[in-house]
Amino acid sequence: MPDILERARAQVLANGVGLGEAEILEVLRTPDEDLPELLQLAHDVRMKWCGPEVEVEGIVSLKTGGCPEDCHFCSQSGLFTSPVRAVWLDIPSLVEAAKQTAATGATEFCIVAAVRGPDKRLMDQMREGVKAIRAAVDIQVAASLGMLTQEQVDELVEMGVHRYNHNLETCRSFFPNVVTTHSWEERWGTLKMVRDSGMEVCCGGILGLGETIEQRAEFAAQLAELDPHEVPMNFLNPRPGTPLGDQPVVEGKDALRAIAAFRLAMPRTILRYAGGREITLGDLGTRDGLLGGINAVIVGNYLTTLGRPATEDLALLEDLKMPVKALSATL
Amino acid sequence: MFCDRCGENAAAGDHAACAAARELEPPRFCPQCRRRMKVQVVPTGWRASCVEHGTRTA
Repeated sequence: MPDILERARAQVLANGVGLGEAEILEVLRTPDEDLPELLQLAHDVRMKWCGPEVEVEGIVSLKTGGCPEDCHFCSQSGLFTSPVRAVWLDIPSLVEAAKQTAATGATEFCIVAAVRGPDKRLMDQMREGVKAIRAAVDIQVAASLGMLTQEQVDELVEMGVHRYNHNLETCRSFFPNVVTTHSWEERWGTLKMVRDSGMEVCCGGILGLGETIEQRAEFAAQLAELDPHEVPMNFLNPRPGTPLGDQPVVEGKDALRAIAAFRLAMPRTILRYAGGREITLGDLGTRDGLLGGINAVIVGNYLTTLGRPATEDLALLEDLKMPVKALSATL
Repeated sequence: MFCDRCGENAAAGDHAACAAARELEPPRFCPQCRRRMKVQVVPTGWRASCVEHGTRTA
C-alpha cells in the first residue's frame, strides 16, 4: 500500500481525523494502479464514520436565469449569451416538485434561485412555498438563494428551512478566475452566518473549472476548515455560451480520485453526488464513486439540465445494499 | 425547422453532438421559429414554452 494510504488509514479511518492539504494533494496524485485501493479506503472511512445510509435529495429552480453575477460556469448568468431564459416557478408547481421528490424516498428538497441574493419578492415566494410544501409533503426543505443578510438568515430559520446551500465553488486562490462580480470572502461570510444561525451548512463546488491539482487540494482543505454538514460535488458540464463552454470534462479517474480525497479530508460529512456526474463518470463511474466515499445523491433532474431517472439511482443503491436514509433519521 | 438545442438550421450542418447533448438537456429553441423558449426543469421532467408555438413537456 502506498505510504500516503497507510498514513490515511491510521489517521482518518482509525481516528476520524481528516487529512490536511499536503496529504490531500498526495492522494490526488495517487497513480492509476493504486486507485482501487484508494477508493476502498475512502469507502471504509465513509462506512465507519457515516454508516451505510445514503441521503437522497431532489432540487428545483424557483427562479431560473437572469442572474446578475458572472460565475463563468453558469448558464443562468444574464451576462453571457446562454440560451437559458429567465423563468419563475409557481407555488403549485413547486409543491408538485416536492411531492415528486418525496415519492422517490428522498428526505431533502432544495429550492434554488439564480440570484446574487434574495430580494423581497423572492423571500415572499420562499415563505409561501415553504409553508405550502410543509403542509402537503413530508420532506425536509433546504434552500440556495445566494448571499444573505443576517435578517434573511433569521427569516429562513423562522420559515423552517433546515439546511442552506451556498457553494464556495472553488478554492480561494482560483475563485477570481471564475467569478469577478463578488468575492470568495463574501460567500464565506454568508456561510458563517448560516452556521451561527443553527441551520445546517451545505457547501461544495465544481471540479474542472481549470483549477490545478494543487488548487483542488486547497479547496478540499478550505472546505474541511468550514466543516460543512454536507458537501455537494459537481463536475463541470460545460454550458454553451458561458466562458467555460469549451472547457474539457474532468477525466473519470481524476473525478474518482477527487471523491476519495474529499472523503479523506472530511470523514464525517455528507458527500453528495451533484451535477455533471453523468458525463464525467457515466453509470459505471457513478457506482465506483458510491463505493469510493460518496454517501448522498441528487436524484432526478438538476436546475437547467437533466439527470438520470431517480429509479436508476435507487436501483443502484439497492444493488449496492445501501439503504436510503429515512426521514426519521434526519430529524 | 431548427435544431432545438443550438437554434441553427436543422437541415444544415451536423447536429449529432446536439442530439447527444439533448439526452441530458431540455430543448432551448423552438424548432419551428428558433425563438428561445422559456424552459422550466423540474425533478421528473421539463416544460418549454414558445410565445408563438406553445408549450412542449416531457
